[in-house]
Amino acid sequence: MSELARAVDLSAAYGGGPVVLESVSFGLRGGERVGVLGPNGGGKSTLFRVLLGELPPRAGRYSVAGPPGFVPQTERSRLDYPVSALDVALMGALSRLPWWRPTARSERRRALSALDRVGLADLADDRFGELSGGQRQRVLVARALVQDAPLLLLDEPFTGVDRPSAELLERLFAELAAEGRGLLIASHDVDQVRRWDRVLCLNGRQVAFGPPERMLDRRVLEQTYGGSIVTIPGEPGVTTGILPAHHH
Amino acid sequence: MGAAITHGLVDPWTHGLVQRAFAELALVGVVGGALGCWVVLYGLSYSAESLAHALFPGLVVAALLGLPLLLGGAVGVAGAAVGVALLGRTPGIGRDTAVAVVVTGLFGLGVMLALSAASPPGLGALLFGDPLGVSTTDLVLAAALAGATLLGLALLHRQLLAVGFDRGGARALGGRPLLVDLALLGLLAAAIVVGVQGLGNLLVVAMIVGPAATARLLARRMVPMMALAAALAATGAALGLYLSYYADTAGGASVASVVVAGYLAALVVRRIRFRGRP
Repeated sequence: MSELARAVDLSAAYGGGPVVLESVSFGLRGGERVGVLGPNGGGKSTLFRVLLGELPPRAGRYSVAGPPGFVPQTERSRLDYPVSALDVALMGALSRLPWWRPTARSERRRALSALDRVGLADLADDRFGELSGGQRQRVLVARALVQDAPLLLLDEPFTGVDRPSAELLERLFAELAAEGRGLLIASHDVDQVRRWDRVLCLNGRQVAFGPPERMLDRRVLEQTYGGSIVTIPGEPGVTTGILPAHHH
Repeated sequence: MGAAITHGLVDPWTHGLVQRAFAELALVGVVGGALGCWVVLYGLSYSAESLAHALFPGLVVAALLGLPLLLGGAVGVAGAAVGVALLGRTPGIGRDTAVAVVVTGLFGLGVMLALSAASPPGLGALLFGDPLGVSTTDLVLAAALAGATLLGLALLHRQLLAVGFDRGGARALGGRPLLVDLALLGLLAAAIVVGVQGLGNLLVVAMIVGPAATARLLARRMVPMMALAAALAATGAALGLYLSYYADTAGGASVASVVVAGYLAALVVRRIRFRGRP
């Protein structure tokens, strides 16, 4: 599979401020799900902003195959905005449509089928702000599907999401990877990331990158989360919980 | 009795100047209502107010020199932007203070020019509006500008919708937040110029923010919200003119009062509707 994203010795900072993320080197190929683990403030969102081209790197370099699709955290979306689920999904067609053209029927069909794929075809006309957190997250994923980018950046898509939505998203991400897309998924769930292809651990700098079965040992997790790890005894080597984020 | 009511309703419209006043205010209403929805959702209501004040001296100078008001408005806005940028960089003066100083300074300058003894009479109408003094030429110009503004809104619709929904996400989708912001401010300046003749610099913002804020309470999607705001604004214009005609109140101020009363009524309706819900 072709490489969709690569970073070499990447560092980032906001304005003239201190470096908030350094020495990040990783690659992501089509067909891969790469989990990004790290505490809040560990640099996950900063890395996404660099890959989206919103924040120029302080040092190092990166490349991405075309503009990536981006799925933001639903907690940051506006609930008072007068749009339906279909309106939001259609926003994914923004770059394809010239400004002066009315929305093509084919784009509407594409948006409806994206909503169908995330299990929300019935709620297409519902107001976005009145959907549940999990449903809103699925609408934002549908928007990225309409955009049809080979590389998807997902910022904690499982945070604040109900269980049926989480299971649906997990299945959908596996399908998208099987189609040859690359997914970079920020997450707080270590066990979930173990099921994916690679893991990138960040804590202000890169702690580890590689296959989760080799990377996610106790030492790496302690370095990633600053030592605040809870291990449930009885299942050796399986970390089942992480204490709330280590604040700097 | 019925005949008296019918006569009372119809009588004002037999006057050409009332017809022209309504046409002018309806144009301002349709443009202000539709554009106002974006102004409200983008959190630009107070900016709209400041912008209206800041471009005032530009309007007055254009009127004094016999130039198109739109040109004066554009120069006024550019002058205000440069003023805020320069003063904002001065150490010890914050952005907030710079805006307040520039906006009130410019507005004061405009009022001084408009109301000076050397200025021709009638420039005061730029302040409070004089819908009953609208000429047919004014109407044609306002209609052209209103049409251009609505066209601009239609072209920008998808961008406005995506950027307003989520700025960060929109950029990744191909949205252009900076361009959209600037275009929206440009359209706002155009709408203010359209509305100045009818409602005056001080009251035009009521027509932009009022109906949109009302429609926001009642509509669930963007295009219906814009249509509702435009309809509310046009209705407010008609009711305001009746008020002005029969109560002998100032035209622009009557319309602005009716529009604001509409907002308060919608608030009450919404309260009642939501109280019944679990």
